Amino acid sequence: MKTEESYLEEVTASEYKYGFYTNIEADKVPPGLSEEVIRIISAKKQEPEWMTEWRLDAYRKFQKMTEPKWPNVTYPEPDLQAISYYSAPKKKKELESLDEVDPELLDTFKKLGISLEEQKRLTGVAMDVVVDSVSVKTTFKEKLGELGIIFCSMSEAIQDHPELVKKYLGTVVPKTDNFYAALNSAVFTDGSFCYIPKGVRCPMELSTYFRINEAGTGQFERTLVIADESSYVSYLEGCTAPMRDENQLHAAVVELVALDDAEIKYSTVQNWYPGDKDGKGGVYNFVTKRGMCERNAKISWTQVETGSAVTWKYPSCILKGENSVGEFYSVAVTNNYQQADTGTKMIHLGKNTKSTIISKGICAGHSNGSYRGLVKIGPRAENARNFSQCDSLLMGNGCGSHTFPYIETQNKSAKIEHEATTSKIGEDQIFYCNQRGIGEEEAIALIVNGYCKDVLNQLPMEFAVEAQKLLAISLEGSVG
Amino acid sequence: MEALKDKLESSFLVLENELNGEAEGEIHGRRREAFKRFVDKGFPTKRDEEWKYTNLKPILKHDYRIFAKDDRTVDFSTIKPFFLNDVDTYKLVFIDGYYSSWLSETTHQGFDICTFSNMLSKYQDVAQQYFAKALPKEESMAAVNTAFAREGAFIRIKKGVTVDKPVEIIFITTDQKVETLAQPRNLVVVEENAEVSILERHQSLSAKPVLTNTATEIFALRDSRLNYYKIQNDAKNASLIDSTSVKQYRGSNVSLGTFSFGNKFIRNNLNFFLEEEHTESHMDGITVIDKDQTVDHHTLADHKVPHCYSDELYKGIYDENAHGVFNGKVMVHPHAQKTNAFQQNNNILLTDKASIDTKPQLEIFADDVQCSHGCTIGQLDEEAMFYLQSRGIPEKEAKALLLYAFANDGLRNVKIPALRKKLNRQIAKKLNVNLDFEL
Repeated sequence: MKTEESYLEEVTASEYKYGFYTNIEADKVPPGLSEEVIRIISAKKQEPEWMTEWRLDAYRKFQKMTEPKWPNVTYPEPDLQAISYYSAPKKKKELESLDEVDPELLDTFKKLGISLEEQKRLTGVAMDVVVDSVSVKTTFKEKLGELGIIFCSMSEAIQDHPELVKKYLGTVVPKTDNFYAALNSAVFTDGSFCYIPKGVRCPMELSTYFRINEAGTGQFERTLVIADESSYVSYLEGCTAPMRDENQLHAAVVELVALDDAEIKYSTVQNWYPGDKDGKGGVYNFVTKRGMCERNAKISWTQVETGSAVTWKYPSCILKGENSVGEFYSVAVTNNYQQADTGTKMIHLGKNTKSTIISKGICAGHSNGSYRGLVKIGPRAENARNFSQCDSLLMGNGCGSHTFPYIETQNKSAKIEHEATTSKIGEDQIFYCNQRGIGEEEAIALIVNGYCKDVLNQLPMEFAVEAQKLLAISLEGSVG
Repeated sequence: MEALKDKLESSFLVLENELNGEAEGEIHGRRREAFKRFVDKGFPTKRDEEWKYTNLKPILKHDYRIFAKDDRTVDFSTIKPFFLNDVDTYKLVFIDGYYSSWLSETTHQGFDICTFSNMLSKYQDVAQQYFAKALPKEESMAAVNTAFAREGAFIRIKKGVTVDKPVEIIFITTDQKVETLAQPRNLVVVEENAEVSILERHQSLSAKPVLTNTATEIFALRDSRLNYYKIQNDAKNASLIDSTSVKQYRGSNVSLGTFSFGNKFIRNNLNFFLEEEHTESHMDGITVIDKDQTVDHHTLADHKVPHCYSDELYKGIYDENAHGVFNGKVMVHPHAQKTNAFQQNNNILLTDKASIDTKPQLEIFADDVQCSHGCTIGQLDEEAMFYLQSRGIPEKEAKALLLYAFANDGLRNVKIPALRKKLNRQIAKKLNVNLDFEL
């Protein structure tokens, strides 16, 4: 019978599977950060004057800010002056069909197991493929257009729908929200934009794939999803990044706006390169995600985090309107020397607002996983209700698990429950499985899958499969 | 705050002058070192993570007198209500920081129940071994106390002795017509296989604001048993900052209860350091406050070694504009396998102006452990209310009864019947319940 240590060895021995490098010519801005660079980015993207000003304003505010030190992670500070802030695959011409896409790029997707035509034909998922910051191809656009749904890249949105961008950009995550959000506001190159008109139920899952591809480029994605009154959208986001030795910075901002009676479901599978088994290399993932709920609206965040060397991200909900609902489901797996500080913020401002937090952490190797969450009940949030559960599973004795829940209540009618447990996989549970002829390895897989079920169940079908694959890769050897 | 800091700095020089020859000794070296840490760090502000929810500014703005006048003219009838009364106890009474021998009842027979100053002069070895060895270095308020540590209780229970009656420690601040800062310092050493129960309380008789910045170091040696109770029911203009650190050695069992009903402001820094295996620690707290009162509990259970058990239960009821803070930290270091650490914090808010900020925090570096925390903020169970009302108990009484029952859980580790009764009465009084039964 194998010991737990031997499984962990196997886990640590498995190298990153998606590590390859696509050789595409890139149009790059020399490294460094200054007003000049921001003007160049803005000019390259042929942005209107107001957008350039917006970026510069963010940059000026950014200069007065300092890098946050409170997360429970340690890493060498990224040198922001050594990053090239713009890198786009050289654009030849507008593409009409998949045949015109760079064959090397198509090859990349094949290695990742995502074939565009397959996706298009079989699953009916519209994909906005992002390779190094600029949208190459947007599919299903026409079909969505018939319903009045706008789903395009951020740069297109700035050109074609400036009134919507102007109205909502930066309203949920202000420019000065935090160090990396300010940086993102100043230099973001592209991202996705989505608008669902009144009363429309988006018929398909919208998804975007982000990849970091060019050596030495930080990616600064900006996503804005607006669900107008009584609409519904389910949005998927997934990431895998090629293997690279130097640390790469990823500072994205995601803003969700759910107007009256609207519902947004936002799912993420994150698998950036976590560094090798000695903790060398890997992606820094510093993300600001936040949603605003108006009356009767609902925002649900689901995330499966397996990658990145250092992660801090706190998808949040501002429950502003009456009866609005916020949900957060998360599985965070850390292995080797990965560090993750993640959680959520539920800010209850309106009456009868509800929130649910289910967070499952799995730590193995020498990794550190933290749950950091805030539940705040404002003085006017009558009858607010929150349920939080954050569990951690420890595998091996080199890892650490931390829980930092902040609960602030200013209303007597609030009902808040918070529970957290930390434990390892029970020897008796494994024994029980063994006794019934299930091998130790399968038993662990079974138990971990059961442990994460609450969260995986929340993922849309298309993603659930991928999420399970990622869990398997991250904990290979101990998870079947 | 700066003014008070300056005043403390000049007062420290005065203290050094008064010490004469003693100022060169090692003990004073520890004071000096602590004071330097305070000077470098200053008073805690809301920027410190540990003080995020509590603002010390309004407390520290007063022009406190650092060295109180020694008059000791309090008579027994004034302070009688603060004692346990129903049961015979050893008593240590301090008036304005000076030991009052005629109000106290001490002993050296088999064990030492005497004063901190006595210990400093008589038992140099004890001072060497224990003084300023348990309190964490990074806490500013504890450092100030260490710097000015001169008087307080010293309790040492010798090997294998079980103390026959509880020990009561009472610090009185009299009406000196000025704002006063009191800084009592206690040292408790429970030696191998010894047992004792201790009650501590601080009482202000002054109409002016009084700030008590107290610190207690507790050493529970092998297989010892200690029950320590803090009754925090001081006058409405008195503030209390209490730093207590407990070091536990193999097989010891320490239970510490904090019962907060009074004061304008209370901050408790309670640290348990589990130094050796198989120790057991209990922390219990009941907080029932109203008006503009603030009670802030910060606790730490530091599991450094395997096979230890810690359990924490804090109950809070907040009425009117009261503000409650709870921050419970459980640290499990690498190799502290088979740790069992549990924590529970339940709160009830009675008005919309009352608020509670709670942060139960687990930091775990070992895999074979069982740790959990639970935290709730809510109201009384409607069904229970309905049940009582359906049996003819009016809403007001039903509510009071349920609140009383809610808080009462926190008394589970109070082992002195007379104290249990007294606390029960205090809770009932604070909740305005007229109980016609004894619990």
